[in-house]
Amino acid sequence: MLLTNRSKVVSKKEMTLSEKLYLPAIATGLGITLKHFFQKKATFSYPEVQREFAPVFRGRHVLKRDDQGAERCTACGLCAVACPAEAITMIAAERKRGEEHLYREEKYAEKYEINMLRCIFCGLCEEACPKEAIFLTDRITTAEYHRDTFIYGKDKLVEPIDQRVDVSLRGKPSGRD
Amino acid sequence: MVYCSPWLTEQSFFKEDFTPAHADKFLFNLAPGIAMFVALITGAAIPWGGTLHLFGTDYALQIADLNIGILYISGVVSIGVYGIMLGGWASNNKFALLGAIRASSQMISYEIGMGIAIIAIVMMSGSLSLDEIVRQQAGFHWNIFYQPIGFLIFITCAFAECNRTPFDLPECEQELVGGYHTEYSSMKLGFFMFSEYVNMFISSALMASLYFGGYNMPFIDQLGLPQNVLTLLGTAFLFAKIFFFIFFFMWIRWTIPRFRYDQLMHLGWKVLMPLAIVNMLLTGGAILLKNGL
Repeated sequence: MLLTNRSKVVSKKEMTLSEKLYLPAIATGLGITLKHFFQKKATFSYPEVQREFAPVFRGRHVLKRDDQGAERCTACGLCAVACPAEAITMIAAERKRGEEHLYREEKYAEKYEINMLRCIFCGLCEEACPKEAIFLTDRITTAEYHRDTFIYGKDKLVEPIDQRVDVSLRGKPSGRD
Repeated sequence: MVYCSPWLTEQSFFKEDFTPAHADKFLFNLAPGIAMFVALITGAAIPWGGTLHLFGTDYALQIADLNIGILYISGVVSIGVYGIMLGGWASNNKFALLGAIRASSQMISYEIGMGIAIIAIVMMSGSLSLDEIVRQQAGFHWNIFYQPIGFLIFITCAFAECNRTPFDLPECEQELVGGYHTEYSSMKLGFFMFSEYVNMFISSALMASLYFGGYNMPFIDQLGLPQNVLTLLGTAFLFAKIFFFIFFFMWIRWTIPRFRYDQLMHLGWKVLMPLAIVNMLLTGGAILLKNGL
């Protein structure tokens, strides 16, 4: 079966004189190089220019707040169970009186960490979440110099109240309307 | 190679200068100096332009108009092998020595074809002076039209002499640690690298002067410009030719992969040298016929 139509049958015939001279082949090669020299580059010089992502791109996570600005996560642990890379850990805590504006329900995640070196960005955590708290966004996990800085805590994951992260840009997550 | 770009050559000023404990200190330091010195002094015999007339004096844009300019250049270029050979030998490292043997046998092999290709030019022009050869090509009588095979041999040998891509076996950076300069670091390595770049520039200038009319421009005399402007334009045109050849060096580098060592020797001794001799004989025959036997 042919996968592509580009395969050629190799023959071990004697080279003709023009093939032995190499020069026509070299000229053809130079032509191909020059053609690519003037073609549009396939690469981007990354920090200055960013590639446009596909709408389904799954990047750095965000822990969403609700409309009142309270954290939606209830530390049920379903995301950590769903995670095939075992990148998510959390410690649950009980909401105290007077913290209603911070946490939406009685239980919340005191500590919520994702190890970005383990994460494979599969999006299963976002599918598992019953509270629509965790989403993968179109942002990039930045490069760091130390391994421990790749463990993102709540300071990096929870969206700031004044800078909400728009997750609708990514389109609807699979399995939801 | 990646780390021999001129930008990184400047960087190498700031790197640690390491000398192996068992190296011959004097020769180890001398070798990159020879490589660089030899690469630079070839520029003296190349005519960079015509004559500038300033304040009642004529200034020739050539450092030394040697009447044996070509002999001088081929002599100096062959001294360049010493830099490489001494560098590999003085490192007291078997890989550096093997690399030096490889590099110097390559350079010696290709000097022969190159020399015989130049002889054809010398026979045509009847002079060893580069300036004379360039002046004879005035008015679009470029030697490339009379010596296409000679030019082909010359440019192939120039690639081999400069250790550029199809013939960059002395370095082989993708598969080996390095050739003769394995033990070198910092500015000494930078000198070896930079001398290669200077050689590339000089051989581009030689190709432009010997085969592409040097500082001559076709049809420029008909514009009626003053002498000094003509000279400066000629120099600019020579540099345009040089830059084209440097681009060609890079272009080939992007295109053609490296030869195997036996292929390199086969091409040098069994193809280019006989071809150069045939070219020389044909040139001689043509000159005889033209002069009426």
